[in-house]
Amino acid sequence: MNLLIKSPLSARIGLCIVLFNIIVAIFAPLIAPYSETEVVGDVWEQMSGNSLLGTDHLGRDLMSRLIFGARNTIALAFITTMLSFLSGTTLGFVAAVKGGWIDNLFSRIIDIIMAFPTLIFALMILSVMGSSVMILIVTIAMLDSTRVYRLARAVAMDIEVMDFVEVARLRGEGLWWIMRREILPNAMPSLVAEFGLRFCFVFLFIASLSFLGLGLQPPLADWGGMVRENAGAITFGIFIPLIPAAAIAFLTVGVNLIVDWFLHLASGMHN
Amino acid sequence: MKPVIWLILRRAGFGFLTIIVISLIIFIGVELLPGDVAEAVLGQNATQETVEAFRKALKLELPPHVRYWVWLTDFVQGDFGRSLANGREVSGLIGWRFANTLFLALTTAAIAIPLSVMLGMMAAFYRNTLFDKVISITTLSFISFPEFFIAYILITLFSVQFNIFPSMANINESMTLVAKLHAVLLPALTLTCVVTAHMMRQTRAAIINVLASAYIEMAELKGIRRLRIIMRHAFPNSLSPVINVVALNLAYLIVGVVIVEVVFVYPGLGQLLVDSVSKRDIPVVQASGLIFAGAYISLNMMADILSMLANPRLRQSQTS
Repeated sequence: MNLLIKSPLSARIGLCIVLFNIIVAIFAPLIAPYSETEVVGDVWEQMSGNSLLGTDHLGRDLMSRLIFGARNTIALAFITTMLSFLSGTTLGFVAAVKGGWIDNLFSRIIDIIMAFPTLIFALMILSVMGSSVMILIVTIAMLDSTRVYRLARAVAMDIEVMDFVEVARLRGEGLWWIMRREILPNAMPSLVAEFGLRFCFVFLFIASLSFLGLGLQPPLADWGGMVRENAGAITFGIFIPLIPAAAIAFLTVGVNLIVDWFLHLASGMHN
Repeated sequence: MKPVIWLILRRAGFGFLTIIVISLIIFIGVELLPGDVAEAVLGQNATQETVEAFRKALKLELPPHVRYWVWLTDFVQGDFGRSLANGREVSGLIGWRFANTLFLALTTAAIAIPLSVMLGMMAAFYRNTLFDKVISITTLSFISFPEFFIAYILITLFSVQFNIFPSMANINESMTLVAKLHAVLLPALTLTCVVTAHMMRQTRAAIINVLASAYIEMAELKGIRRLRIIMRHAFPNSLSPVINVVALNLAYLIVGVVIVEVVFVYPGLGQLLVDSVSKRDIPVVQASGLIFAGAYISLNMMADILSMLANPRLRQSQTS
């Protein structure tokens, strides 16, 4: 709590933005004036009392779509990032603790995956497997976990040479125990900041895929897809596609502000 | 001089190996498909004959390693097979689109590289001033924005409000260079915003790094004029990291182009790739994916090789 009071303004703004988005996402059915797919008016209606932000390309309430979109988009990105972290840190820690050929094998595989542009890789997988929520999550988590692996391995390498790890080894603790009880707590600060950055990346990535029509499939609302659906409106001088795009930018800026503050804290500059 | 050549050859060898492995992955990706590509793509309703014909088109009757070899040698010779969607030669679909994508990327590079190197240098020289902070906040927000957000803001401003540039960047053979540039300027500007943000921040960091060295302080203490310090002392040493930054970001540009092409309905390779993915036109996806990956890997490789050449220390550290 003390930390929060001393936090800079930018971090507080970031925190407010993220909290606001999370609350909207969790309580979406209660907040949204209409349901996700309900048609309430004409196509691309102007803002009015009936629908606060106007209507989309099928006459659905944009405000409600935006709120449900927050839910779908943020949940999907969060689950993906979690999965990416779980696999990335586990593999990274194993590589650092075990070393030898396991480390070499993992690292070379990761090198190869990282040499391939992420978006192209994802597009190729989606073209073969088709786009479903499951495949989307697994694909992006796999591609993203390469970055997590690199960081987790580097951090664990530094911790692994410490005396307390040596002591645990001599005590005869197993690999899992060392990873969980010795390395993970000490790696936490770097991992938390990285989580924010990875979340932003995954979130933007899913938004981009949805924008390309290869992410979440309609009628599910998600922000990237909403930009795509309403893209035609822009040439008529209707700014509807800008709203979900701005929502995406808003959330990533918020997360970035918090991450900046965290990195600042972790670097020890606050003393 | 000899060790440098070795170093470069090793790096090039690794790059080449990566491309081979990538091509294998692209190939195996299709192999791993549950069941059979033919059934998966054609769906449940396909008759036996159509599945058979489809198998033949994809050469599925051959064993995998033979098929990979045939595919790869054909690919190197410019024969990418036929599109599943319309039966046309993939090379015919890709060729002119690839030229368009290159045109867009080059236009962007021509704007973005001088701009970001200049901005990065200025931000480094005037660091911690208002100018530096404004630049820093602007670039940070450009990094946080999705590409299509920047694109639609530019469209709103320049094509809807002021009506200067078209919102659809349609170019073709018969257009003059000026007309092409006019059409391509908005997508190029969008990409410039994104790429410049990354490039400028890294350039700034690289130059600040050099300016912090002891010999720069020494030069200052000797009373050498600031401009001379920058041109004679700082610039040659920051050249290597800056070249590296530029090449890495050009690699990023290659991928960023995909989304921007879709926004502006630009007839390029990225647009084709996205279309083919949704149609599950696998030969086209394979070919354009491999081209994108190849360009990306080559640029990354170039980044490393150029910075090796531009940095005498890197050469020497290997000889000792």
